[in-house]
Amino acid sequence: MEDLTWTGSLGTFLDPLLFVLVPLFALAVVARILLSFFEPDTGTQANPDGTLVATGGIWSLSARIMTWLGAALVVLVLLYVVLGVVMGTGAGILGGISQRLTPVWIALIVTFWVSIHFKRRLGLYGKLFDSTIGMIGFGLVMFWVFVAVFTGLFDWIATHDALSQVSGMKNKGPGIPLRGAEQGEYPYYLLGGDNLARDVFSRVIKGSTIVIAIAPLATLFAFMVGITLGLPAGYYGGKLDTLLSFLANLILAFPVILLFYLLVTPEIVLTGLPQYMGVVLFAFPLIFFGVLIQSRFRTQPEKNSLWLAIVLIPLFLAYMSLINEDGSKISFWPLDFFDINAGILVVFVSVVFVNSPTVFRIVRGLAMDIKTRDYVAAAQTRGERPWYIMLWEILPNARGPLIVDFCLRIGYTTILLGTLGFFGLGLPPESPDWGSTINEGRKLLSIYLHPALPPAIALLSLVLGLNLLADGLREESLRD
Amino acid sequence: MGMFILRRVGVMLLTALCLTFLVFYLTNLYPNLEKLAKTQGNFRMSDEAVASWLEKGGYLQPTPVKYAEWLGVVPSYRFEAEDGTVTGRCILPGMEASEAPRYCGILQGYWGWSTVFRDPVSEIISTRLALTGKLMLWVMLLMVPGALIIGVLAGMREGSPLDRSLSTFSITTTATPEYVSGVLFIAVFASSAVGLKWFKGTATSAMENATFENFFLPVLTIALYGMGYIARMTRASMAEVMTAQYIRTARLKGVSFPNIVLKHALRNALIAPFTVIMLQFPWLLNGVVIVETLFNYKGFGWTLVQAAGNNDIELLLGVSVVSVIVVLVTQLISDIGYVYLNPRISVT
Repeated sequence: MEDLTWTGSLGTFLDPLLFVLVPLFALAVVARILLSFFEPDTGTQANPDGTLVATGGIWSLSARIMTWLGAALVVLVLLYVVLGVVMGTGAGILGGISQRLTPVWIALIVTFWVSIHFKRRLGLYGKLFDSTIGMIGFGLVMFWVFVAVFTGLFDWIATHDALSQVSGMKNKGPGIPLRGAEQGEYPYYLLGGDNLARDVFSRVIKGSTIVIAIAPLATLFAFMVGITLGLPAGYYGGKLDTLLSFLANLILAFPVILLFYLLVTPEIVLTGLPQYMGVVLFAFPLIFFGVLIQSRFRTQPEKNSLWLAIVLIPLFLAYMSLINEDGSKISFWPLDFFDINAGILVVFVSVVFVNSPTVFRIVRGLAMDIKTRDYVAAAQTRGERPWYIMLWEILPNARGPLIVDFCLRIGYTTILLGTLGFFGLGLPPESPDWGSTINEGRKLLSIYLHPALPPAIALLSLVLGLNLLADGLREESLRD
Repeated sequence: MGMFILRRVGVMLLTALCLTFLVFYLTNLYPNLEKLAKTQGNFRMSDEAVASWLEKGGYLQPTPVKYAEWLGVVPSYRFEAEDGTVTGRCILPGMEASEAPRYCGILQGYWGWSTVFRDPVSEIISTRLALTGKLMLWVMLLMVPGALIIGVLAGMREGSPLDRSLSTFSITTTATPEYVSGVLFIAVFASSAVGLKWFKGTATSAMENATFENFFLPVLTIALYGMGYIARMTRASMAEVMTAQYIRTARLKGVSFPNIVLKHALRNALIAPFTVIMLQFPWLLNGVVIVETLFNYKGFGWTLVQAAGNNDIELLLGVSVVSVIVVLVTQLISDIGYVYLNPRISVT
């Protein structure tokens, strides 16, 4: 079999178009920026009768050129994707990748179609689809979420096993056919092989499951911890606030990498310290939900115990199975449903530990601000308990900034996970997560680019997507 | 103001004490000590041999005692072997036991002995810190003006194409951690695969002789990650100032737009970024560790990785003391500077 080129047979007519369009578009953008120094920034003019007229001149011309060139570029990229799905490896490496990603494309189209169709009924989420930036960010994030879900649950997208090595594929470039491929085996290494002759494409795809599984969950736990401690600190103030803020600043003053090096080593795992930290940190969701329900239904005992039972019993079982592990320091609970790999647990715990002080500070600041509002005073006059005011009056009104920060923080957690992988901490050495893959790939970077670049670009695009999503959400939540 | 600074310094000392104790505790957990003994002795040591090695080094005392010794408030441990030779923390190689001082800790100016580099910790830290200082200086020189210019240009006309493209740029840089941008830069500018080869992929030679060719990539990699964040803060602050009443007044008076930006808006818009820049130091420290590892520049961050990887307790403590002090001092400066720059805020 022949080696694949990047665009295959599509290249003959689409590539020249791309090479013409990209410089033209870049030129148009630069021209528009330069023009914006001289021309007033108005593209439309309102007439007294209520109609709008586009103002002419070189300004609106440049704007129009840019829009059209941008649209042409988008259409071109879509052509690559769609024709790739149809033609597969006939359209080169990109075609092959595009075809492997078919379920993701379908899921993305369905998500966007449904969301845009019902956007007026979906609250803040629906408003996201009014902002281009937010939509791009959401698209990038959902792309990786779908990739992770389809790979993790159905094992669809990856072409090979992330760990299996194929002889003769060591450091081979992108699009090299597999030597001695058997029937039913994917005949190419789409993005080449790494220095242990593993498929780079499959490793990047499999790596996404690790990030998508850990990062949002760890951020959620950090938020539980931060909210449960930050609300009373901001609401009560005084000694409690001083103590908690001191502790938070203590952790924040630590260089993150030093903390990781101290916490995430096999020696520390042996002492059981991460497990003890887990016992404390993972208890916060229980406390949070317990107090949340208790403060709401305090006066209705029947409803109260029902809700408490529904929420707390599963949470408690999950908590107990989470912290218990056979053969480690903590194993007293007979109903141990699942075991978490000690390496993953320590990574998870330390990421939560690093993130929660920042969340604490944000929540504390918001609580201090909101507690001076009139509706809080009204609730106090009504005789509501402090925890009711904190969780049912202050927290819902702080949700805007918290949601935005949640998105940003998932991105930051992704970066932290990558850092851990980059230094070879915590995760098993052959793990396909992006940080570890970048670390392995960088050693031969001056000769072979293909093992290090795909995970780097993957991580970049996911974090960029989260940041853009946060930006879009911020813009839209400020608008009301 | 005096009281404020005094109180902050007190909290700072307390924080530093707590943090160093934490590092001390974590590095002195038994599995870590065992690893230390095995790397220093040999890897096939029996458990008894490990215990006696640790006993000889005084590692088996209770942690608070060891910590007090390290601080220099308790006379340090001495071990007398059966043949009468005395060894101890204070007795440096080639020194008689009778000449050595009884107390040797941070308070006496003795930072300890690095087991990895086999040098006094203070010496290692000062040379490494100087190298990182050079790196940081260039990072600051590139990052701060760059970020401020981008932020001011983007914020002076909110929503303009210039603003949008610069904002996209700054979001992209904040979303690119150092290990990603570093890898991308090396791939594009330094590898033989692309063939540009404008810069060098390692900065080892920059330790003695920093040139544009071998030093620019590491500097750019650290600077870019911080730049986006500062630029966004500057943009927000600038955009807010540009909507203020006095700017409108100046405009109605007929002041030209460049004059408004430079003479009226800029001064007020730069207060908020100042704090942000100072608070960037802890993040820069992270960036330094990654970039020094990536570009093999043997500075402070590289030392941290070496010390932590080999459980070199005293070096690690020295490194954490220095980094914690850097973080806390910059926080203090940012607080004082904020009060000084913004007369509306008072500390009392």
